[in-house]
Amino acid sequence: MSKRKIEKGSLPVGECITQVQEMLRERLCHQQLPDRPEGVEAQHKHLLELLKRTAVHGESNSVLIVGPRGAGKTMLLKCVLRDLLKEKEAQKNLLQVHLNGLLQTDDRIALKEITRQLHLENVVGDKVFGSFAENLGFLLEALKKGDRSSSRPVLFVLDEFDLFAHHKNQTLLYNLLDVSQSAQAPIAVVGVTCRLDVLELLEKRVKSRFSHRQIHLLSNPTFAQYLERVQTQLSVTDDFPDSKFAQDWNASVKTLCEDKSVEEVLQRHFNSSKDFRSMHMLLMLCLSRVSVAKPAIKPADLLEASKMCFTDAKANMLHGLSILELCLIIAMKHLNDLYEGEPFNLQMVHNEFKKFLQRKSNSMYNFEQPVIMKAFEHLQQLEMIQSVDSSSAKTQREYQLMRLMLDHSQIMEALQKYPQCPTDVKQWAMSAFG
Amino acid sequence: MSALLQQAGYEEERLQRVSKQLPCREMQAGMLLALLGQPHQYSYPSIFIYGHRASGKSHVMQVLLKELGLPHATVSCVECVSVALLFEQVLLSFFGCDAASLLPRSPSLSDFVRVYRQQRSQSPAKQTRYVVMEKAELLRDTDANLLPALLRLQELVEDNVTVILLSEIVWDKFRPNTGCFEPLLLHFPDYSKGELQQILSQDKHPSYSAELYSSYVNILLGVFYSVCRDLRELRHLAALNFSKFCEPLAEGKVKETETHKLWRNVEPHLKKAMQTVYLREVSSFQWEQMQQTEETGALRGLSAHTHVELPYYSKFLLIAAYLASYNPARTDKRFFVKHHGKIRKTNFLKKNEKTSNHLLGPKPFPLDRLLAIFYSVVDSRVAPTASIFSQISSLVTLQLLTQVSHDDQLDAPKYKCAVSMDFICAISRTVNFEIVKYLYDFL
Repeated sequence: MSKRKIEKGSLPVGECITQVQEMLRERLCHQQLPDRPEGVEAQHKHLLELLKRTAVHGESNSVLIVGPRGAGKTMLLKCVLRDLLKEKEAQKNLLQVHLNGLLQTDDRIALKEITRQLHLENVVGDKVFGSFAENLGFLLEALKKGDRSSSRPVLFVLDEFDLFAHHKNQTLLYNLLDVSQSAQAPIAVVGVTCRLDVLELLEKRVKSRFSHRQIHLLSNPTFAQYLERVQTQLSVTDDFPDSKFAQDWNASVKTLCEDKSVEEVLQRHFNSSKDFRSMHMLLMLCLSRVSVAKPAIKPADLLEASKMCFTDAKANMLHGLSILELCLIIAMKHLNDLYEGEPFNLQMVHNEFKKFLQRKSNSMYNFEQPVIMKAFEHLQQLEMIQSVDSSSAKTQREYQLMRLMLDHSQIMEALQKYPQCPTDVKQWAMSAFG
Repeated sequence: MSALLQQAGYEEERLQRVSKQLPCREMQAGMLLALLGQPHQYSYPSIFIYGHRASGKSHVMQVLLKELGLPHATVSCVECVSVALLFEQVLLSFFGCDAASLLPRSPSLSDFVRVYRQQRSQSPAKQTRYVVMEKAELLRDTDANLLPALLRLQELVEDNVTVILLSEIVWDKFRPNTGCFEPLLLHFPDYSKGELQQILSQDKHPSYSAELYSSYVNILLGVFYSVCRDLRELRHLAALNFSKFCEPLAEGKVKETETHKLWRNVEPHLKKAMQTVYLREVSSFQWEQMQQTEETGALRGLSAHTHVELPYYSKFLLIAAYLASYNPARTDKRFFVKHHGKIRKTNFLKKNEKTSNHLLGPKPFPLDRLLAIFYSVVDSRVAPTASIFSQISSLVTLQLLTQVSHDDQLDAPKYKCAVSMDFICAISRTVNFEIVKYLYDFL
């Protein structure tokens, strides 16, 4: 199949693969903007209208974009801004300030960032001068002086809006929303958040100044739409340099999506989460398997990738434990069964382990207490067991109360997969009580 | 073998050099390389690699990045006690010292991103830049915003940058409350016994044959594999004990082919090593010295030195504290009053394992009870002088006793005994007191 491509294509197959990788990686990893947002046309229109009113007519607005992680909130906003800036008037007029709740962790930092991004007079180079109060007064003064007809509108984008609500007194939010409510310079405040209860976080005075306009991005695609989305995400566009290869690639993607086993796998992913990010991660894992030797995505690749996504990390870690550590975990499991989830300490675990050794009269695992303590501490470092109370300095190590952080089925499953697990240990684990 | 390590955009020669340095890890390296893609292409914003200690996480990353000449910053979260150090190191390795000096005195994430963007606009990434964070579990203890911000660093600085987190702990324990950008999870599985053998056999001794060393490794794994799978620990033990293994060969008693005799010679030695060197009771330097002077185990380990010289009454105070901590108060009359009344034996001895204090740990007791037991176990008459009380508080400072609850309580303070059974037995032997007779658990 690949040979035929070399004959007919205008580019060698290696070059084509590189191009495909580049195009798809940009889409999957770099969150490249699509030409037209899919499934959110109504929200797009609403937001575009709203921002246009600010940018062109000088109307002050505030709006919240709410949706779960990976639902395309930032994508929607960026698309709207891109479309908005296509208009001459808006482009000429609009000033933008982008803030992120992760970066601007308090109002002082946020204020500096605002003055910097607005290029106000107290900025030299990119250094901002003055104390917090001066900066705030200066900014408010600058905003107050403006009016609807003459001054340029400012767009404030607050990413991770819920984190701004944790600032002291919510000063920044109060002032921004206050300006948007009174007849001062026209501003639009757009908050982006993943918390549905974000309005409950706001103080009463801040809440009353907010326009309560919310755009919800609770995308709820059907499986058919999801499948279609996978296909469009993987397909290359028309501007691909080698049209023959592009056709072949798109055809192979199409056959991939029609495959029965692939559909099953995607259904599983669809059932676990419908957001784009987890889909992108799956597709990225598939894409990484494409090389010159194997220039198309096969159903087997998707199966492998999905297996990687769905593996249980704790079971993976249990697989790498030594036999002594595994024995201790089984002893803990028995203690949990016996005493109904009461916390335990090293002495009890050791005692339980000793009972097993006595019954089996097997001296193979007869380790000293310090060796067992070392294994126990390794388990603690891996956070498979966690100490109950934090004030652990006062009690001796062997009497510290611990809790097991694994559940029954995980242990049993790991035991089945454990390489060369001794039979007596397996039987001990199976037996109901110690 | 090197077929797994194939990725367009890199020199063939370099890839071969990489695969030579990564024994038993070609699969993982190949997968990682495929994910990273060609140098100029975008890679996934954040990759989380987890696996057991010494499963080659850092090594694979380092070899890949160094040999392939990719721009990278390696940051150990242990070293970065403040975020400022972290930012400085990242900027330093990407843009040189000038960039790092642009940071203000106590930089916030915002400053870091600002400086990064400014530098990036001057020298945009031609190749993907990698930030490798080792021991990433410590990021959870720092500022709550740091981990989510690092995970979406690519989006924040708008540069072709990938953050790689290495940790021993699974991702589920990292996830913040409000969620974050999910990284790509990659697991480095543990080395199997065969792989361990293969890797350990590589560092053979020059004066002996490779087969001899690999049979030695086999014996070593036979003893230690059930306890320890840490490659570094095993390698350390192998280096320490090899001279003992070769001793009969050097003396000419045994030939190289007689593996069984060599095994018989070295096995008890290795078992001894598990109780001493493996636990760091004896330092490796002492262990090597001991091998030269032919007396393994003659030297007392660290824990044997815990025996402390105490004054006469302090010893009895400690014994009394131990008895008070590990015996239930209702049995005190039976043990310590000379002419106690009739106690029904069946009722007294009724106990089950669950309530054994040697399993549950010491119980707190009030000062009065300690003194009462103390007067009963000391034969002579002792006046309750200030020195007795100060000895109690000095036992607390020695951490042989711990004071429970409030530190400032003058009347009726409560204590707990914090010494082990072996320790108290040794103490009571010096004053000819049979403590086991007085312990309820051993009746």
